[in-house]
Amino acid sequence: MNEIMRRLLFLPEQASTFAHDVDNLHYFVITVTMVSSLAVGLTAIAFFWKYRRRHENQATPFVAPTALFEVLAISVPLFFFLVWFAIGFRDFVKLSSPPPEAMDVYVQGKQWMWKFAYPEGPNSIGVLHVPANRPVRLLITSRDVIHSVFIPAFRVKMDALPGRYTEIWFTATKPGRYQILCTEYCGAQHSKMWGEVVVMAPEAFDEWIKEQQRGLVSRQDVLADETGQVTPQGSLAQWGLQVAVRQGCLRCHNVDTKEPATGPSWVDLYQQQIKLTDGREIVADEAYLTESMMEPTVKVVAGYQELMPNYQGKLSGAEAAAIVEFIKSLRSDRTVQAVGGEE
Amino acid sequence: MTAPITTAGVPPAGAVFPKKSYLNDGTTIRSWLLTHDHKRIALLYLVAVLIALFLGGVFAMVIRLELLTPGPTIVEALTYNRMFTLHGLIMIFMFMIPAIPAVFGNFFLPIMLGAKDVAFPKWNLTSWYVYIAGSTLMLWGLITGGADTGWTFYTPYSTTTTTNITPVMLGVFIIGFSSILTGLNFIVTIHTLRAPGVTWFRMPLFVWAVYATSIIQVLATPVLGLTTLLVAAEHTFGFGFFDPARGGDPILFQHLFWFYSHPAVYIMVLPAMGVISEVICAVARKNIFGYKMIAMSSLGIAFVGFFAWGHHLFTSGQSAFDAGAFAAISMLVGVFTAIKVFNWVGTLYKGAIAFTAPFAYICGFLFFLVFGGMTGVALATVSLDVHWQDTYFVVAHFHFIMVGAVIMGFLAALHYWFPKMFGRKYPENWGLLAAGLIVLGFNATFIPQFLLGNAGMPRRYYEYPERFAALNVASTAGASLLAFGFIIIAIYLAISLKYGEVAGRNPWGSRGYEWDVPSPPPTENFDAVPVFTRGPHEYQDVPEELAKVGHAI
Amino acid sequence: MQSSAARKMTPEGWLEPPPLPHHYDTIENHQAALRFGMWLFLGTEVLLFAGIFLGYFVFRHYFPESFEQAARHLSVVLGTANTLLLLTSSLTVALAHHNAEHGKNRNAFWLLMASVSMGAGFLGIKAVEYTEKFHEGALPGKFFSFSEITAPGGPVFYVVYFFSTGLHALHVVVGMSLLTWVAIRCWRKEFSPTYYAPVENAGLYWHLVDLVWIFLYPLLYLV
Repeated sequence: MNEIMRRLLFLPEQASTFAHDVDNLHYFVITVTMVSSLAVGLTAIAFFWKYRRRHENQATPFVAPTALFEVLAISVPLFFFLVWFAIGFRDFVKLSSPPPEAMDVYVQGKQWMWKFAYPEGPNSIGVLHVPANRPVRLLITSRDVIHSVFIPAFRVKMDALPGRYTEIWFTATKPGRYQILCTEYCGAQHSKMWGEVVVMAPEAFDEWIKEQQRGLVSRQDVLADETGQVTPQGSLAQWGLQVAVRQGCLRCHNVDTKEPATGPSWVDLYQQQIKLTDGREIVADEAYLTESMMEPTVKVVAGYQELMPNYQGKLSGAEAAAIVEFIKSLRSDRTVQAVGGEE
Repeated sequence: MTAPITTAGVPPAGAVFPKKSYLNDGTTIRSWLLTHDHKRIALLYLVAVLIALFLGGVFAMVIRLELLTPGPTIVEALTYNRMFTLHGLIMIFMFMIPAIPAVFGNFFLPIMLGAKDVAFPKWNLTSWYVYIAGSTLMLWGLITGGADTGWTFYTPYSTTTTTNITPVMLGVFIIGFSSILTGLNFIVTIHTLRAPGVTWFRMPLFVWAVYATSIIQVLATPVLGLTTLLVAAEHTFGFGFFDPARGGDPILFQHLFWFYSHPAVYIMVLPAMGVISEVICAVARKNIFGYKMIAMSSLGIAFVGFFAWGHHLFTSGQSAFDAGAFAAISMLVGVFTAIKVFNWVGTLYKGAIAFTAPFAYICGFLFFLVFGGMTGVALATVSLDVHWQDTYFVVAHFHFIMVGAVIMGFLAALHYWFPKMFGRKYPENWGLLAAGLIVLGFNATFIPQFLLGNAGMPRRYYEYPERFAALNVASTAGASLLAFGFIIIAIYLAISLKYGEVAGRNPWGSRGYEWDVPSPPPTENFDAVPVFTRGPHEYQDVPEELAKVGHAI
Repeated sequence: MQSSAARKMTPEGWLEPPPLPHHYDTIENHQAALRFGMWLFLGTEVLLFAGIFLGYFVFRHYFPESFEQAARHLSVVLGTANTLLLLTSSLTVALAHHNAEHGKNRNAFWLLMASVSMGAGFLGIKAVEYTEKFHEGALPGKFFSFSEITAPGGPVFYVVYFFSTGLHALHVVVGMSLLTWVAIRCWRKEFSPTYYAPVENAGLYWHLVDLVWIFLYPLLYLV
């Protein structure tokens, strides 16, 4: 049944856990839509046949709706719409709440290509490798105009906005190759801004990523960054450390102890509950860390002064992601030396 | 009323064309270009919007031809991007927004209220000139500078593109001014110029629809005006209001833009709904089923439409809570529309339906509105939208509403009121043939696009992967059928203008107020201030309440 | 009004009202239509500025620091002077309306001219402020080169500042032209207890200009 409906509606194959949920709702909605449009159309035609004008001076009786009709006219559609809304909203909430164990991949759109970066390395252009049956979270940004990551087979889509991160997640179910398309119009080559997701069996993926990190594969897609520098081989966190040193972040932030300096220490900062100057409590997630680089004065941690300069325009999207990844790697049980020593 | 009307007003045999009418009250170009007569201004608008429809249609055909094959077909990528921008801007701002309100609203609103003109005739003419000026500026910009942003102007693409979008933005701003003036004029007319007997709940439903439309025009358009000014300033001076590289916020643009542009779809579709309410009564020769429900649902759509804009931003990183709220509100629009649909179908019940071109358009309209509207609700269902957002499904959905419903309404109005406006009838057989072609061609064009969207083809694609080819060919074939239908209409209406059978005052036997004046109407519409003693949608033999108070009908 | 020359002077000392447009049945109805149209138009103006205010709040939320710094660099003295000017001019417009309604066209004329000159004064002060900003480099977007605002978001503040005050200044100019036009008609003694809608409408427009400033002033200069 599922297969018949899917083919009838030209839907792409279902290669993620969402695809089934979304498609089931889709079948329900589209069936009701078809039935009701046909019902209205056929009723109009039936009425036309039954009540066609038989002679030129034909008169008609006065007919007004009953209260019951009015109630039904409002409540029947409302009922269906609310049911759809409830199911759709439930699925959407699921779609926008990635599980904490999800594997992160940074996605950066630029005119007209996709770049993918794994926290532990490597980077690649155009091809995203993910394991099957494990949740994967995409942290998406853009370095120029708005793009949108769309993987039809997974039924997921999220805009890539310059200057901020958005996220989406999925669990791929079937190993294979699936197309990524850009769905937000972004200029001359918009229609060629394609990428590919390669879903691998989990073991194969682990093997692949190890190989990539060991640098054994000479074909590794080393990214030419927009500043012209070549992204160093190795993990994103290591690169993040280099960027942080170059930008002078470590003058104010400790990375070897939890002691605060001019700014808060980065050790154990990721996912920490922190209190802001205005009294709010937030969790230091990727979005917050990125925001703190781009607009540092918006959410200042309680007890610190607003001294941090604005890195908007100084850090590229990829560099900001690298720093975030570096911060994430700083846990009390895994100090900075460990990151450096992995080479 | 002065002239008694039989229940089933059969056109008197041998009707003669009136000697004096608004058409021949002054024959110089000057008498047309400086007229204050709402009927002549309506014709000025008619000419302008038909030119816009033709241009927009030509660009649509270029787009469809380009998409015939997966690779480059007839134009280059940049040209293609300019084409869909041109198509969108022309169709929306130059055709669809003024099409029904400024043409048929201008012509019939005062007559339907028993007034001699709109409240501010000079401003009415001004608004036409403003529209022409804005359109000229926009077209000039589009042709010389060639904006390639799509009609949505999303920042920061629009503020950084190398094409010259400033005149286009200013053109849109100026057209917006014209739209505000028209809307304001209509609201004031409805409030102050109703003839004795035309109480609020005796206004024709077309007037209610135009009233709701005007409210949206007046309240939403200024925000679009501001947004276009900001984008123009940003593109020209590098302001950075919407550019994150300078601290701006591109999502703010989307909020401001859709705050206008979502209600704007109701500016386009509400008048079409009003037309259907009028025409369906006349072809079924039957009282409207649920007058108040139809009237109030127009206002409901206008009101709720202001709070639904966020459903265009489901995949822009909006919070789940916001998305849910906007989704729920969007559903209400669906409910109001459903109320109207049920009442229209109810109107046919026990009627005396004449199989004419307007009826064919009503059938098309009902199908397109229900299918297009329900897919709209489907799109508002958040999780489904994640797959459909910015794909051809969205394109097909809004073409079902915009072309399906609005063009059906426009063509229904054009055929239904053609005898009143020009005093002559069009050939019914040709009318039915063209209507059939258009409904068929339309389905053939856009149903494949729904499937393309399902398959995952994004919109605004110049080239596409091979697997989408078959459906694209089907869509292009359908579009040719559609174009063919339009050509037939253009030919027979042009011929009927001069050689059509003389229509007489009321060829449809309609009870709408506008059919009580001669066809074509005289400049002053009415000899004296008319007094209306019945509702505009009453077809029953002797309405009881009227019989009781002793009105003779 | 071209037709004013042909119209007769009534014994009370004002011109007869212009002939009623043919599609109105009473002069009251015509006046009501004019007034209602004006109110609707003012509604659109409010929404036009609402967009800017929205932008102001959004960006103030993003960059509270620089907005405060920038506000400190605006001259409260000049801003307050301008506020007083506009408030006073609104008062004189209201008085002119009252006088025109009672057929005291000459009084109305002088009051309107007072408002117009206060409007000119407002623009003059605004020009002084703008010049200062230009010299400091406190300019919007890419032209921003003002060293005293260190927090991020300075360029955005000046986009809001110049766009909102510029649009407002444009409205002041339009308002002044409208007031001048009705003032000339007052000079010709066109208004009377039965016909004064143009004064009322021009006055309403001027009050709107005033009102917008009443919101802009605290947001930009004081907060």
